[in-house]
Amino acid sequence: MKTVVQRLMLMAIIILGVVTIMFILSRVLPGSPAELMLGGHPTAAQLAKAEEELGLNKPLLVQYVDYVAQIARGDFGNSLRTGQPVITEIANRVGATLELTTLAILLVMLLGIPLGVLSAVRQNSAIDNVARAVAVAGVAIPSFMLAIVLQLVFFGVLKWLPLQGRIDPVVAIDAPIEPITRFYLLDALLTGNWAGFMSALAHLALPLATLTILLLATVVRITRNMMVEVLKEGYIRTAFAYGLPRSSIYYRHALKATLIPILTVIGLTYGNLLSGAIVVEFIFDWPGLGGFLVFSLIENDFPAAIGTTLFLAGLYLTINLVVDLLYAVVDPRLRTS
Amino acid sequence: MSGTLLEHDRSSGRVSWRLRTIVFAADNKLFVAGAMLLCLIVASALAAHWIAPYSPTEIAMGSKFSAPSAEHLMGTDKFGRDIFSRVLHGASTSLTVGFSVVAIAILLGLPVGMLAGYFGGIVDTILMRISDVFLAFPPLLLPIAITAVLGPGLENTVVALAISWFPWYARIMRGAVLRVRKELFIDAAWTMGVSHPRIMLRHVLPNSLTPVIVQASMDFGYAILAAASLSFIGLGARPPAVEWGLMAAEARTQFLDHWWTAVSPGLAIFLTVLAVNLVGDGLRDILDPKQGRRA
Repeated sequence: MKTVVQRLMLMAIIILGVVTIMFILSRVLPGSPAELMLGGHPTAAQLAKAEEELGLNKPLLVQYVDYVAQIARGDFGNSLRTGQPVITEIANRVGATLELTTLAILLVMLLGIPLGVLSAVRQNSAIDNVARAVAVAGVAIPSFMLAIVLQLVFFGVLKWLPLQGRIDPVVAIDAPIEPITRFYLLDALLTGNWAGFMSALAHLALPLATLTILLLATVVRITRNMMVEVLKEGYIRTAFAYGLPRSSIYYRHALKATLIPILTVIGLTYGNLLSGAIVVEFIFDWPGLGGFLVFSLIENDFPAAIGTTLFLAGLYLTINLVVDLLYAVVDPRLRTS
Repeated sequence: MSGTLLEHDRSSGRVSWRLRTIVFAADNKLFVAGAMLLCLIVASALAAHWIAPYSPTEIAMGSKFSAPSAEHLMGTDKFGRDIFSRVLHGASTSLTVGFSVVAIAILLGLPVGMLAGYFGGIVDTILMRISDVFLAFPPLLLPIAITAVLGPGLENTVVALAISWFPWYARIMRGAVLRVRKELFIDAAWTMGVSHPRIMLRHVLPNSLTPVIVQASMDFGYAILAAASLSFIGLGARPPAVEWGLMAAEARTQFLDHWWTAVSPGLAIFLTVLAVNLVGDGLRDILDPKQGRRA
């Protein structure tokens, strides 16, 4: 319990730091928000008026306190493009990002952990060589390259899957998906919307495959390395000596000891996942936060960009906090300390 | 422990280190392959000016979107520019960017890590909490936010990536310094009246560099990838720069009809990062066989 409180306080300090960095980026560095908001070449009078409205003529410290208070209320200002509150824009898009990233991390774990274990158990076998090649090559592939090749093959050549988007526009009108959880697949299933489900699944396939392949390398390598170490332990040899079934040794006894490091990997991978999602959502025109961030930047929609950045950083911190708390669940030794 | 024994220990350690290096270098085929590939890429980057068959920026609308042929090995893009020549010229851009990011990140991170590790206490707490804040961002997010403020452009990309990554070096340096600081020779130097700055520079620094070098060799590839990604989404290099990520971005609207425009620069990035990573992995095994790799 004490550790939970400590972790929460530390997280609050870090979030304050993140907000401070965003404040410095938006106010102190060249290119004032007023200029960005007005665009073009505003007159001095226009500029002064805009600065007055945004409170930019107050002392920096006052501006800072105002800014922190504003963020604490969940008020990220209004998007310059749509005029909507940034928080509304984020709420409309967070489901798409979470659906994509959650499925990606599940798929990566489902594929990566068994592959890593197999690779460690049968060292230098064909499967180990494949796994190691995946691990080495996977981290060298640029995300946009992978996405482009997948689009070329599955849309351009085979014509199996759609190029981009989250759902077919025709399906979206004929069989609209009711937003319950904002996870299209789940919502479609809950409402028995079969056409919507198939369309959502087809649109999800390529972005999901891109993210999964990108992250697989890290997970396979780390699982393999952990497993190789654990298999050298005395209690594993004992288990073998007792003649326990191999699958039980590998998946029940050995894998258990690697759960904590693997949890850490999930926490770290989630950061890479969100970074990957920024590029992937942009390429596949996926209506999530990553693509929104990039388009906001391209169109100089500064409040939207800052708000989304803060939100994504907060999401990443929360995931890592959850991972840290899960340590105590997985490892009873950590509960007492 | 007597002085002679210490002397003996260290020299024998050094011999085995050399032996390990030689055995390793001959043994590790991946390292050799990576090193050869990297040499080839560096050579073509240096010689691009002489070996490229065409100018990388010369526009020839008459021969736009030519498929790969003997005349244009990788075809031409929407302005009729020879992609092979552009890929060759892009090599130096990517290598320079990767090197600059890591170099600046080290220059910023080493002093911070050194101060935090050497003095400890409140200095350490403050510096490390600040670095925690930087590390609280998903890897590509802070560079994107910084580039947004600085504006697009390759120099700004380098600065943004270096600022976002220097806390990693601060942390690694701090860890290394904490280990070295406990060594007897540091106490000895202090007892003999050597000043703090001199101890840090002459005694702690050289003995803490190994993990930093290992990390740098790993990050070199990441930096190339990250810079290319930023260019691809329109926040990095701008035309008329010859940069691989930008080439892929420029090909984005027509790659379905003209696959070669996007595939060649992407492949160039992949091979370069692969070569760099293989060499980095090998370096890590030579310098520091026990250290794991940051995810």
